[in-house]
Amino acid sequence: MKTEMTMETAAQQNIEFTPKKKKINKNTWQLYSLAAIPIILVFIFCYLPMFGVVIAFKNYKYNLGIWGSEWVGFDNFKFFTHSTDFIRLVRNTVGMNALFIVFGIASSVLVAIFLYDLKSRNATKVYQTILITPHFMSWVIVAYIAYAFLNPQYGLINSIVTSFGGSAKDWYGDPKYWPVILTICNIWKHVGMDCVVYYAALMGMDHSLVEAARIDGANKKDIIIHIIVPTLVPLITILTILKIGNIFRGDFGLFYQVPRNIGKLYATTDVIDTYVFRAMRVIGDMSMSSAVGFLQSVVGMILVIITNKVTKMIDPERGLF
Amino acid sequence: MNKRELGGQIALNIVFIILSALIIVPFLLLVAVSITAESDITKYGYQLIPHNLDFSAYMYIFKTPKMILDAYKITFAFSVVKMVLAVLLMSMIAYPLTKREFKGKSAISFYLYFTMLFGGGLVPTYILITQYLHLKNSFWVYVLPGMISPWYVFMIRTFFQGLPYEISEAALIDGADEYQIFARIIIPLSKPVLATVALFMFLGMWNDWNTSMLYITEEHLYSLQYMLQRIMENINMLKEMQKQGVMLTGAIDVPSETMRMAMAVVVAGPALIVFPFFQKYFVKGLTVGSVKG
Repeated sequence: MKTEMTMETAAQQNIEFTPKKKKINKNTWQLYSLAAIPIILVFIFCYLPMFGVVIAFKNYKYNLGIWGSEWVGFDNFKFFTHSTDFIRLVRNTVGMNALFIVFGIASSVLVAIFLYDLKSRNATKVYQTILITPHFMSWVIVAYIAYAFLNPQYGLINSIVTSFGGSAKDWYGDPKYWPVILTICNIWKHVGMDCVVYYAALMGMDHSLVEAARIDGANKKDIIIHIIVPTLVPLITILTILKIGNIFRGDFGLFYQVPRNIGKLYATTDVIDTYVFRAMRVIGDMSMSSAVGFLQSVVGMILVIITNKVTKMIDPERGLF
Repeated sequence: MNKRELGGQIALNIVFIILSALIIVPFLLLVAVSITAESDITKYGYQLIPHNLDFSAYMYIFKTPKMILDAYKITFAFSVVKMVLAVLLMSMIAYPLTKREFKGKSAISFYLYFTMLFGGGLVPTYILITQYLHLKNSFWVYVLPGMISPWYVFMIRTFFQGLPYEISEAALIDGADEYQIFARIIIPLSKPVLATVALFMFLGMWNDWNTSMLYITEEHLYSLQYMLQRIMENINMLKEMQKQGVMLTGAIDVPSETMRMAMAVVVAGPALIVFPFFQKYFVKGLTVGSVKG
């Protein structure tokens, strides 16, 4: 009897055990099958091009293909780093990004503080919606708007300037105006979206602090300096560091569309990304374009890793990895 | 509210009204130029308040609307297809990454993450797409590259991890397999994050012009934004030719300045009206918190 029971239980367990084990296998297999297509797509479109960086070390010719073209070692890199383009591109890319970081963050923090001070919730919503709108527009549209203002013959700015007795300026003919114009365009497009993070931080702040300070007789200025700014500083620090990680990557849309790819303006508007595009499509120098792109990728990767380490040291929650 | 506070609020509102004007006036300028008479433009330049209203630019555009309709159709088609496929595929990779029994989880996370750090660059991608995959002048060149964005995958995964584990465990005990749990439980419960990612994808595709510029030479496959970019370039060419004394037949009558701006309005208008309705989701996507690989 006793043995029978044990055998029965064992049999039962066995019956239960086998399909369960099978099921786990089947389920795990299903997980892998779900992941398969995305993994293959990433391999094709992200990893296969990585092998293509050998082009940077070759003198690529269409008819010879990637593997048939002649090896030239670091010649492409040497040629580029010794050219005058090199200094100009690095200066423009890093310089313009630095302007965007400083003025972009300053303006979005300011707008966030203003939004926070607004009492009416409805007004806040309306203003926020309006400020975010440019984020939904492409750089092509922004380029049209910039053109409507800056067209030397018909543009609004020149009409206003001349009606006050000033002289019309050839905005698309002189590179010296463009650091300012591009910074304005960049802020115009992004400020509404960028201020959201700071505004959210302020909304999450402990309001009793502000109330207590007010009761103690603190004025608006004191509250901003001693409560609001200290609340935002950690966030500002981290977002700045993360942006520095991308300082060698220019926004292709902004730098290609808004200055309308006008050669006269390259002195201040040509960045690494526009140069890589032109070297490939206009000049047709695949190897040179590839070498510059590869250089940018490597330097960019190192910077992102460093800045990410620094970010994690400041705030372990914020790092990307 | 005391008098001083009221004064502060009024000042603040004035600041915001000025800021709002700085955003709205540029759009109004496009509209104003598009409905100005061409002769007024040569006389007074672009103006915010037109001297004489003239809708002939729009008449010209809508007389031969094929180009715009084609661009709208193709842009809408690839944006929707990519949005749907991308959200589905990114969820398909994000879901296993939340599972304990999925071996090699961290290796696959790194596999995705590495693509954010380093890429082959423009030239190798271009050669791959044009010479090996033969996607030039194909609808799929809009859809396939950039389908899996690691950033969004990790965002979706973080959301999946926050879902109560008990639900899928209960379903597992009831005999559901992983496909069923994924399709019937995880996806329906994750609508907020999926909607946000979908909108970001859609917006990105709707505003795409790079893809057309690189890979499309057939006009009927141009994306909306690229068509607009071409118009800017083409009218310039037309003007250059007129300057050099090479007159194009019929080209003189075309109100080129106003038409260009009218095209910008036709392209930007619908997006300006529709996207702000989804603002809530875009904002949510930004404040979703830290995303870790």
